[in-house]
Amino acid sequence: MSENSSATPGPPSGAGLAHASVDLRPRPRRAESVIKTILMGSALLSVVITFGIVLALIEPVIHFFGQVQFGKFFATEGHFAVLPLIAGTLMTTVVALVVAVPLGLGAAMYLSEYASKRARKTLKPTLELLAGVPSVVYGFFALAFVTPTLLQDILNMDVGFTNALAAGLVLGVMIIPTVASLSEDALSAVPQSMRQGSLAMGANRMQTTLRVVLPAALSGVAAAVVLGMSRAIGETMIVALAAGAQKNLSIDPREGMQTMTGFIAQTAGGENPVGSVDYNMLFAVGLLLFLITLVINAISISFVRRFRQAY
Amino acid sequence: MTSSTLEYTREAVQKAVSTGRSRDRNTASLVFLVLLWFSLFFGVMVLLVLIVNTVIDGAPRFDSALITRYDSTLFPERTGFRAGILGTVWLMVTTAIMAVPLGIAAALYLEEFADNTRWYNRLIELNLQNLAAVPSIVYGLLAVAVMALIGFERKGVVLGGAIALGLLILPIIIITTREAVRAVPNDIRFGSLALGATQWQTTWRQTLPSAIPGIATGTILGLSRAIGEAAPLLLLGIAGAVRFDPTGVASPVTALPIQIFSMTSRSQDEFQTAAAAAIVVLLVMVLLLNGLAIFIRNKFQREW
Repeated sequence: MSENSSATPGPPSGAGLAHASVDLRPRPRRAESVIKTILMGSALLSVVITFGIVLALIEPVIHFFGQVQFGKFFATEGHFAVLPLIAGTLMTTVVALVVAVPLGLGAAMYLSEYASKRARKTLKPTLELLAGVPSVVYGFFALAFVTPTLLQDILNMDVGFTNALAAGLVLGVMIIPTVASLSEDALSAVPQSMRQGSLAMGANRMQTTLRVVLPAALSGVAAAVVLGMSRAIGETMIVALAAGAQKNLSIDPREGMQTMTGFIAQTAGGENPVGSVDYNMLFAVGLLLFLITLVINAISISFVRRFRQAY
Repeated sequence: MTSSTLEYTREAVQKAVSTGRSRDRNTASLVFLVLLWFSLFFGVMVLLVLIVNTVIDGAPRFDSALITRYDSTLFPERTGFRAGILGTVWLMVTTAIMAVPLGIAAALYLEEFADNTRWYNRLIELNLQNLAAVPSIVYGLLAVAVMALIGFERKGVVLGGAIALGLLILPIIIITTREAVRAVPNDIRFGSLALGATQWQTTWRQTLPSAIPGIATGTILGLSRAIGEAAPLLLLGIAGAVRFDPTGVASPVTALPIQIFSMTSRSQDEFQTAAAAAIVVLLVMVLLLNGLAIFIRNKFQREW
């Protein structure tokens, strides 16, 4: 029966019942495996993209270091110096984290520990609207409101037209949802029994939140902060518009300073012929940026894994 | 004390103890709660200030010239964003055509076919998490290399921008599609398989249709991210000063965020006003997409 099922019309299962020997082994299906291969190819494309990024960046970078000495790239000043750019990125990122970590964590603690289920359902999407605003809009906001109105008029600060402070502040607002959303996941994952234990010992909700739930969720919260940091480092349009276009190795956030992403955006906007030193430097800075965010993301992923294992 | 009051008191005590609410009334607790409220609403306040400020800045330019005319350096008071709006639409459609099928296919493989214990599937998994956090400007650099690889000489065309944006939103589409597919209960799959359907037939006719609302929501949210991106487009040589409509995927193009960026960098006040007005247009586009996503989620999504 299993050999010539095409010869017997009608449902083969009915025919098979009479005989004891039904072949239940899976039959090879060619179309099925073709489809599976296609789907797998699409999934593997993501790996190809990663290697593509590395390859696309490395070739011009090799040319670049053929043209420019290593020491001139990792220098504090000069046309090819990258350290002022790294310092600029660091400055805007630190300002952003100073804004986003307390606010994001506060929002997460409220959503996870205080808000009712219904309130959470409306509050969370509202907060996430912040992440949906295009970054060029934030850049315009930093330039048109934060610097002239907030910093210069209201706070009476002596800041330039472009400065790292305004860019960092707005950057911080942009990454609040990133920090809040992941932190909330981490806080909510803390088992209820730990809260109950704390409350039974006579602690109130503030004490429970700060001394029991937060420490228990610390690795998840750390992952959230690190991911927010990686967003801040990689964000381009805000810093391209508001942080300044001059390399400036300074520790004063009120001054304008160019960041790595700002440099890439500015150089790409100019007319640099393919293969020129400046064009290749774009890729060198890009590779550095990619590597920095790659390391930071890896740290974040390992933190997330730790808190998933704990509970 | 009667037994009923005892019962009542015990209940009240239990309720208070189990939530900790009874001890929330001291000063420190209240200050803490106020701080939490503040951090929750700070972002919303900023958003309100941003919108109000931009609308006030752009108010003088809410006219038809804003969306029907091209960019003009000679008459800054009549400069328009027609090329940018049409360019953004072209970019979005091309991006969606490239990224959506690929993303769904990859997600279906990872959820329905992949054996998670195999090292290469774990590699894909890890890699996806990483790609989702790669800075958008790096995707621009990659798209530049891809365009060079396929031998496209012209700069600033629809295809290049769409490749960059497609690469950018691919991880988002994959991640959201996987969540939607994972939410489909196994009973449906088992039912289909028990009736003799193959794995692919089950996926194509049962799992995928059930997951469509979730996939649509994720895709639209991905596109609404892409619509506001300017950084990767800058790298592909997409500039603000394009004064004609795009005609195809090989046609030079500009995009609304790029035009806003280049207006903001110009010094005349009229351009700042025009940029603010264009931001309102961009925000409306983003909000419409987000609203559509929320509508689809609420209307069609099933709770299993």
